[in-house]
Amino acid sequence: MNYSKRYKVFELANVVLLFLIGFASLYPFYYIIIYSISDPMQASSGIGLWPKGFTSQNYQTVLKIDNLAHATFISIARTVIGTLLTVVCTAMFAYGLTKPILPMRKFMYRTVVISMYISAGLIPAYLLITELQLKNTFLVYIIPMIIVPFYLILIKTYMEDLPAEMEESAFVEGAGYFTVFRKIAFPLSMPILATVAIFQGVNQWNSWVDNLYYATDSNLMTLQLMLLNLIQTQSVSASVIDSNLVNTIKVTPLSLQMTITVVVVLPILLVYPYFQRFFIKGIMLGAVKG
Amino acid sequence: MLNMRRERIKRVLPLLAMTVPFFLLVVTFSYVPLWGWYIAFVKYFPGESVINSEFVGFKYFAQIFSAGSQFENAMRNTLVFSAVGLILSPLPLLFAILVNEVRWKRFKQFVQIVTSFPNFISWIIVYSICFTFLSVDEGVINRLLVNLHILDKPFDFLATSWLTWFLQSLISIWKSLGWSAIIYLAAIASIDPEQYQAAEVDGAGRLQQIRHILIPGVMPTFAVLFLLNIGNMLSNGFDQYYVFNNPLVHPKIDVLDTYMYRLGLVQLNFPLSTAIGVFKSAVSVILVFTANMIYKKVNGKGII
Repeated sequence: MNYSKRYKVFELANVVLLFLIGFASLYPFYYIIIYSISDPMQASSGIGLWPKGFTSQNYQTVLKIDNLAHATFISIARTVIGTLLTVVCTAMFAYGLTKPILPMRKFMYRTVVISMYISAGLIPAYLLITELQLKNTFLVYIIPMIIVPFYLILIKTYMEDLPAEMEESAFVEGAGYFTVFRKIAFPLSMPILATVAIFQGVNQWNSWVDNLYYATDSNLMTLQLMLLNLIQTQSVSASVIDSNLVNTIKVTPLSLQMTITVVVVLPILLVYPYFQRFFIKGIMLGAVKG
Repeated sequence: MLNMRRERIKRVLPLLAMTVPFFLLVVTFSYVPLWGWYIAFVKYFPGESVINSEFVGFKYFAQIFSAGSQFENAMRNTLVFSAVGLILSPLPLLFAILVNEVRWKRFKQFVQIVTSFPNFISWIIVYSICFTFLSVDEGVINRLLVNLHILDKPFDFLATSWLTWFLQSLISIWKSLGWSAIIYLAAIASIDPEQYQAAEVDGAGRLQQIRHILIPGVMPTFAVLFLLNIGNMLSNGFDQYYVFNNPLVHPKIDVLDTYMYRLGLVQLNFPLSTAIGVFKSAVSVILVFTANMIYKKVNGKGII
């Protein structure tokens, strides 16, 4: 076999291999989705590529689980409020740091960047949270994450490259820094701010360790931790399944678990096709600047 | 003169208002807790005052190593998972090279997008998915293996301790492979295409181009990530090893991060848990600088 023929064989094998890896990445998500809309009794005897006996019974039953609606509300609230605050505050901090007349700006910037490599550890963090009276409050999900050093680097780098003319003419017209930030720097930085918002949104939605460490109050339970508890104790269902007996379609603990999993993963699955290009851009930027 | 100064202060004031509060926030959450390391040196019980606690020197540090099998288990598992991680760290690079070889653009994009996705879901979701795929009663994998007569009866993968190291490493690769490859794809994309053209003129085949241009081109990126991984040898993370833990696999899955959590927030032994944290940080700094020194000896230039 000559070289180019051998390369063709390699190319084909490569595509097949990559297809299989891609399939292994995607199929589990597809599987839980089709399982959650299948008749649990039929699905339990095995499904592959298509749902069997379409039903919405799983979703209807999941709605009856105690506190699930509240946990969803907490998860959405922390995602929306946390993300908004992170974006606005980090952008404002970054904007201030780009101005040479600000005293000690290098010192502040370096201190923040170095903090990425410093971790006091679990107990010291726990004591701080306790001292600040943040334990068992909703704010424990928000305040510690307001400034994320990595985002600060990204945003500051981006803002430094913005054209200065617009800002200067605004200053000449007597606008202050806050106005210029709000009306010029912030809107012009939208591409990087969107990236950061998506990063942080996913982060907030997926967070549960802070819930486990600092918020034992059941009112603050997030969807993520609730799912973990349901799987680990296998208590998804006893009560909800009983209440479901009157229906012709019977749900199973597994079908309910998968349905909740779909509920938790769906928001990310839905936004992912739109945000993956931001991620790729973001990491490229990080790779170049880092 | 005074007027100018006042003018300047007036100008700087809004900038200070935009930055100083957030700077203090970062200091509060990243630097202030460092004083908490003091707890590793005193006989402290939660709820008491730290200042009035009795100073006991390195007692708790000595206790780490005499704590017996619990610590030894956690330490061994930590090192095993980290070592496997380091050994497998060329895998994302290899994957990136394979993706880069694909000339069919759409497919290339598709593979990148799809394989990066698992990185963006929480470990709880990963656990839930593994549970449904590997469970004894209805697990897809078990059913497949039984139908193909590879197994006689369903096998409880998630509760089999001898399988834990392998299984957890596999799951961890599944979650991170595509995303880790993206940074290498970025590095590959930044290699000057003229280098390839020159090599082609010289008669270099694809494989030779990969060996002599691509690999040297991404080596700095690889080295930096490898060094960071070495620094994190004792911190494999908490999430994965917490969610997959169960009594049957516990001796093989408990790592320092989960052990610290149990000691600290479950058993409320704050000083011992903190001592392990301090120990981890110290080891991490030593490892990074040692690795950097070796790298410097070999390559003439350090990373840090």
